Amino acid sequence: MVNGPALSANKGDVKRLVALPFKKSIQMAYQSIRVRFFRSMVTTMSLVLAVAFLAFIQVGNDIAQGLLSSGSSDYIHILTKAGFDVSPGDTTIASSAKQRWIVFLSLLVCVVGIINAQLMSVTERFREIGTLKCLGALDRFIVRIFLLEATMQGLAGAFAGALLGATAALLTSLARFGFSMTAHIPWAQINTTLFYTICIGTFLSLAGVLYPAILASRMRPIEAMRVEQ
Amino acid sequence: MTENKKIVRVSEVTKNFDLGKIVVEVLKGIDLEIETGKYVSIMGPSGSGKSTLFNMIGGLDKPSGGKVFIDEVDIAQLDAYELAWLRCRKIGYIFQTFNLIPVMTALENITLPMTFAGISNDNATERGMALLKQVGLDGRHGHRPSELSGGQQQRVAVARALANTPAIILADEPTGNLDLTTGEDIISLLKELSVERGVTVISATHDYKMLNVSDQVVWIRDGRIDKIQAREELDIRTGGLETAQT
Repeated sequence: MVNGPALSANKGDVKRLVALPFKKSIQMAYQSIRVRFFRSMVTTMSLVLAVAFLAFIQVGNDIAQGLLSSGSSDYIHILTKAGFDVSPGDTTIASSAKQRWIVFLSLLVCVVGIINAQLMSVTERFREIGTLKCLGALDRFIVRIFLLEATMQGLAGAFAGALLGATAALLTSLARFGFSMTAHIPWAQINTTLFYTICIGTFLSLAGVLYPAILASRMRPIEAMRVEQ
Repeated sequence: MTENKKIVRVSEVTKNFDLGKIVVEVLKGIDLEIETGKYVSIMGPSGSGKSTLFNMIGGLDKPSGGKVFIDEVDIAQLDAYELAWLRCRKIGYIFQTFNLIPVMTALENITLPMTFAGISNDNATERGMALLKQVGLDGRHGHRPSELSGGQQQRVAVARALANTPAIILADEPTGNLDLTTGEDIISLLKELSVERGVTVISATHDYKMLNVSDQVVWIRDGRIDKIQAREELDIRTGGLETAQT
């Protein structure tokens, strides 16, 4: 039998007695994703597409900027034909308001989709969450596991989306401006853009999971006992 | 004979559920004392308050009135950390629906509470394998719950409940989803392990097969304790059915 410390004494010490090592929570989050792979794919799909769109627009702008900075006047003509708003004498490409709006809306839709998918996930896993609490998990362990899952999905999805979008942008630019433009591709700028895009994607995934994760943490362990007849 | 410590003490507990306009009085004043090391079954028809009382004892719900003491500590006074500690180290839970984590293997399910208790990976694995061996499943340690039968899952659940050598095991209808023979296996397993380790087992159940192994049976009806019978008083000849109908 267990002789634990007296429960009412030394409240400060008790805080450290139940622990979930970080490595273990990563392992649990990873396993959750791996075993529910198809479901994770579906959740991440909207993120991949939204990030791909964002990357496509941004990298497209970067390439156009690179072309403009090259100084060759032929490009101005092609750029205008391609839909960029450039007049002779401009040195920078500004993204139009319409472009920004569309990107913003697509990201918003993506976040709403993630929130929905994560809420469903929490509802489906009520028994698992309740059981974890019966085994002694603190509320914040549950939040941690959900956040880690979302981070992993976000990173993977954003990475895939960024690559997809960038590739699409490069290919369309090749088609529009011909092979000669490869000399003017601003690789450094594109790398920075991709980095920011991946960060945004991961952030969106985290933003979408926050509310469901907090709901999950507040779930009472009694839910685990509930037997649906 | 020295007086046995009362590991669980329920004192004038009432519980009301507020369902909008109606207030349902599920528990109407329960006084109960459970001694350390006993195997106690709480029995009663559906709606009698058996599960509610069970949830009170296990610290899963707070009473509307009265107190529940576990080892003479009023659990309503515990904060979230202490409650988590209680659930991790002092109480082991067994559910009707087994409630194993589906994404983890049998061994990982058993070592999870040990991880919460701060035990190192190697120690946990060693103890986990020993527990699996005791319940007869050491060959299946790498299998997920979906690859195990109901009886096997419940055996893993029993092993998990014992992971941190708890003082109390709470079993809510452990044989509810099992057939006759498997149910009997689980009951005898629980009895054997509880005797061996001196664990107090409190089980809420409909199942009359439990009567044979219980040291004490608490009958609940309509939110009150109908009677408490010690094993000697049960009419085991007819499997306890006669006694149940009085």
